[in-house]
Amino acid sequence: MALLELFNLSKRYDQHTIALSDINISVNKGEFIAVIGPSGAGKSTLLRCINRMIEPTNGEVTFDGVDLLHVKRKELRRLRTKIGMIFQHYHLVNRLTVIENVLHGRLGYKSSVVGALGIYTKKEKEQAIQLLRMLGLADQMYKRSDKLSGGQKQRVGIARALIQDPKMLLCDEPIASLDPNASKIIMDYLQKISQSLGITVIVNLHQVDVALQYSDRIIGVSQGQIVYDGTPTDITQEQIHQIYGSDFDDLMVEMNKEKHYAG
Amino acid sequence: MDFENIMKRIAPPSNRPVRVKPMNQSAIVIRLTLLSLVILTIIGFFTYDDTDVGMLEGITATFTNFKVMFTEPHFNHFTFMEGLYQVLVTISLALLTTVIGAVISLMLGLLAAKNLSTPKISNSIKNFVAVVRAVPTVLWVLIFAIAAGLGSVAAVIGMTFHSVGYLIKAYSESFEELDDGVIEVLKASGANWWQIVWQAVIPSSMTYIISWTFLRFEINFSVAVAMGAAAGAGGIGYDLFMASSFYLDLRELGTITFYILVFAILLEIVAIRIKRHINIT
Amino acid sequence: MQVNFFFKKRLRALLVFAFLVSVTYGGIMITEYDVIKGFSSIPMAISWGVTNFFPTTDSFEHLPKILISLWETILLSIGSATLASLFALFFAILGSNTTTINPFFATICRFIATLFRNIDVAVWSMILLFSFGQSALTGYFALFFVSFGFLTRAFIETIDEVSNSGVEALRATGASYISIVIHSVIPSSASQMLSWLLFMIETNIRSATLIGILTGTGIGFVFDLYYKSVDYNTASLVVIAIVIAILALEAASNYVRRVII
Repeated sequence: MALLELFNLSKRYDQHTIALSDINISVNKGEFIAVIGPSGAGKSTLLRCINRMIEPTNGEVTFDGVDLLHVKRKELRRLRTKIGMIFQHYHLVNRLTVIENVLHGRLGYKSSVVGALGIYTKKEKEQAIQLLRMLGLADQMYKRSDKLSGGQKQRVGIARALIQDPKMLLCDEPIASLDPNASKIIMDYLQKISQSLGITVIVNLHQVDVALQYSDRIIGVSQGQIVYDGTPTDITQEQIHQIYGSDFDDLMVEMNKEKHYAG
Repeated sequence: MDFENIMKRIAPPSNRPVRVKPMNQSAIVIRLTLLSLVILTIIGFFTYDDTDVGMLEGITATFTNFKVMFTEPHFNHFTFMEGLYQVLVTISLALLTTVIGAVISLMLGLLAAKNLSTPKISNSIKNFVAVVRAVPTVLWVLIFAIAAGLGSVAAVIGMTFHSVGYLIKAYSESFEELDDGVIEVLKASGANWWQIVWQAVIPSSMTYIISWTFLRFEINFSVAVAMGAAAGAGGIGYDLFMASSFYLDLRELGTITFYILVFAILLEIVAIRIKRHINIT
Repeated sequence: MQVNFFFKKRLRALLVFAFLVSVTYGGIMITEYDVIKGFSSIPMAISWGVTNFFPTTDSFEHLPKILISLWETILLSIGSATLASLFALFFAILGSNTTTINPFFATICRFIATLFRNIDVAVWSMILLFSFGQSALTGYFALFFVSFGFLTRAFIETIDEVSNSGVEALRATGASYISIVIHSVIPSSASQMLSWLLFMIETNIRSATLIGILTGTGIGFVFDLYYKSVDYNTASLVVIAIVIAILALEAASNYVRRVII
């Protein structure tokens, strides 16, 4: 059975702004999916509708056999603990230490009182340390998180998501603010997470080349609709052109530039 | 790089507790500051001279008074139009103060900005201004009233002092934000000080200047109300003082409060608009 | 076209200038402000100040009394602002669009704060004089109300500015509302809020002087006493004491700001 199913999912902000229309996707366990498309196509909205950070207008979202759109707040919170989220701007609490930010991933498992008091078990703390070590951040553990570089911050974001013990990761443009080097490190980690832990990863990207390189499956979004859903090997230049529309030429320039950096 | 194990492995046993929140200087200072404020607040509670009235009776009386003031306001010693005129007087006081203050501050602000002046002049103006600011406005007005007599002259001049203190600080800090490169380029092209000021400094800080000046106008409105009540500056503040201390007319006090409230909120809305407009452009 | 551009720019500047001049002129008419007297009074005041407004050895006899009421006024300012900040924090969390429980509630919270903030401290003290009379409580509550209104607005702006992102991340992990507030909103805005609180205390000491004159309490009353009894030497000592206190407080809060931000 599929881990996540979206059925006729739509989101409109008002009469004229339709962000998503009739999205149908079925995602299996362990898949690595890249969602590509120009900015403003609805990639972010799509990702946030999955864990109801944005309330969809119509449709169904089934995660792990549960109808997400019709659960109570408490149940929603419980389900969200199983979905890790990673953001373009990392969304760390800057003034707190790295390890505190990682432990925030456990708050969803706690009652309001215990969570509010910030009581973490020793096991949770040690797990946080292990994760940070694994992500190469052992030395930064007690630093304030605003002292880190962008790539390091994003790794903290990954650790925060992993400590949730998630079944799925939603990554909203995780490398859009990073340099090519840091981008590669982050994408490598995400790939390893997906492969060795069997966690489903859905990642929004605007870099087509990165998407083609890492993903098992590509979903192309344009103007709130899915225009491509298939393997990265099958996608043609024309289809990419269709996804990106008039932005295509800019994109090619950008891709060449990135190749230039990489080379 | 073995994620699988990490997620499943029970962490190796160790006896020392895991530290999560190391203390840094910033955290210590925040805590100490808060702690001292709380202690001083508590000490305060025991030292206030409140022998004449009980706290609780006072609070109940306040609620009753609020109800009377805001639900049954009336006109007794002045008409609606007269009240409006008094507000106009108060606004005019604030306006005069702000205009005079802004003109003086603009000139001194240029001299106080580090990048446009010598360190010596800049520092001496800034220190002088800090002292000027430290004297409460009401004291400036009362001190001037001895020389000029109570009235609009003493009020405007006294209020101007504090405005100047405030605006010089604000203006000079805006000037200092100007990119050093711009000044260097103009200097290199042979521009003199005045040309640099008029062509680069003022245009690029204009939005800040407008924003700060209007903010000061907003503050000066409430200062002008207060000076009307405390230092005979006239305007709606004087009516406020009379209604409260002389006629003991709670309902008229309500009317006056409404006047002040309406204009203060209007000014705040304009200030927010200006700020937003400036942020966009 | 270029000529036109500069012409328009100049015309606009000229219009703004003309508007300011006419409004200022109107202000002068309405307040019956005597411009000449205004300028001539400054040198007069200075020469008067130099010859009369300084403390003498006699006035130092009153120093203990002055210091006691100054201390009371400082405590009043700190106490009212600190308590107000607690209420303001609560209202700001409910009033900020980032952290509110529901939008209608947020509007109400912001409206209450607007009301309290825009009734000036002088007005509050004149109103509270009715219920608390000539006691320190009149000033305490007047300062409390204004501080509450101002700090609520400042705190809301702080929350909106700094904690949007942290809130989204914690919401996505499934953390409860209270956990989000305590682990994200408070840590990211605490230092900024403390800075506002310190600013409020500085403002309150100046306002407390005014309230003291209006309601006959604290350091303002002491100043008024010497001022009205034409003992300008002692009155000047009061002013000096206030200035030193405010400068010391400013220095202290600037130090705290430098360290925490």
